[in-house]
Amino acid sequence: MTAPAALPPKLAELVDDFAELGVKDRLQLLLELSEELPALPARYSGHRDEMEQVHECQTPLFLAVEVAPGADRTVHLFFDAPPEAPTTRGFASIMYTGLDGQSADEVLAVPNDFYLALGLGAAVSPLRLRGMAAMLARIKNQVRSAG
Amino acid sequence: MPVPNDTNPKLAAYAHPERLVTTEWLAEQLGQPGLAVVESDEDVLLYDTGHIPGAVKVDWHTELNDPVTRDYVNGARFAELLGERGIGRDTTVVIYGDRNNWWAAYALWVFSLFGHQDVRLLDGGRAKWVAEGRELTKDQPTPATVDYPVIERDDSVIRAFKDDVLAHLGQPMVDVRSPGEYSGELLHMPDYPQEGAVRGGHIPGAASVPWARAAAEDATFKSREDLEAIYQQEQGLSPSDDVIAYCRIGERSSHTWFVLTHLLGFGRVRNYDGSWTEWGNSVRVPIAVGTERGSVK
Repeated sequence: MTAPAALPPKLAELVDDFAELGVKDRLQLLLELSEELPALPARYSGHRDEMEQVHECQTPLFLAVEVAPGADRTVHLFFDAPPEAPTTRGFASIMYTGLDGQSADEVLAVPNDFYLALGLGAAVSPLRLRGMAAMLARIKNQVRSAG
Repeated sequence: MPVPNDTNPKLAAYAHPERLVTTEWLAEQLGQPGLAVVESDEDVLLYDTGHIPGAVKVDWHTELNDPVTRDYVNGARFAELLGERGIGRDTTVVIYGDRNNWWAAYALWVFSLFGHQDVRLLDGGRAKWVAEGRELTKDQPTPATVDYPVIERDDSVIRAFKDDVLAHLGQPMVDVRSPGEYSGELLHMPDYPQEGAVRGGHIPGAASVPWARAAAEDATFKSREDLEAIYQQEQGLSPSDDVIAYCRIGERSSHTWFVLTHLLGFGRVRNYDGSWTEWGNSVRVPIAVGTERGSVK
């Protein structure tokens, strides 16, 4: 399966990486991504009140979005989820790897159902997967409201 | 040879102490022939970040459910799954998991549908094992495949379907969801909007006892005395009652089923796994809203 054309290059690459793997290896890749999720910078660490909670994830996930001034309006993403929630961390890491550093327009153009192309439904179960759609929706809302 | 029971005095007070083991006991028994340890979590990757040495993983969503029909796997698939994990029909199985053993209790209930005789929960689950600083490993065990017989599920004793619940109206029921779901303010569990229903409320007559009330702060089960105070003195249930428990998809109510059946010794408890995602989406079934139990007119 090839990623939809509207995906930013890094996200498209990730989608292709997942799609090429068998079901078990997709879980392994998600686990590796969960381990690579960057820690919060000092300005957010311990400041969950300045972040938005993604209630749709089965385990609490906190998210912050910054849009840099300038023509490109570069988007930066920050996530906080506990180590005992590796699946949620993995989802967040997909967002971070695929979208951090992209322009606001590119982030807003990502199809809301892009995550279906990752092929994680069989590995993770559709019920667990919906948190990813919610994460993207909240990222887009914050990008829009950043003006 | 069956693995001996944990004779810890806290467990001895329960109706069926052989259904629980403590972390101390498990740490001593690891590696015993005839013992299998199974981790069953909400988070599908948690096992892979580190687990009790020798433990195998069984995932409820992807392995105990039929992939197409809303039902559990059949006898052939269950036999294949357990055989691959090195579990025989006589093996003592100890299950543990995240979130107060919520999914572990669900797995235990499904094992019980297949009549697996010796299946136990680790009191306190994964959280207690981790909090005590006990060993975790990322090493995946490679058990030799064993022959597990193909046994068809018996859904008649501990499982209730919608028609069973309709026939049961007026008799004791326990709704183990959150108060907001029970009253009908919430159409889904807090933080789980994807498992919603088009109507809110509860099955008329059901008592509201959120499942986690049975758990102590360290994720172990409360003492028998404390559990009796909740389910028997406060809610007026009796061990001789015919009880149906339900939640949203049947997982939290498996935990309550375990408490009533194995810890308090109730003789007839069924888990309605269709639960609110079936009842609250069904046409013309009776529903009560608000904090009162309500009744069927």
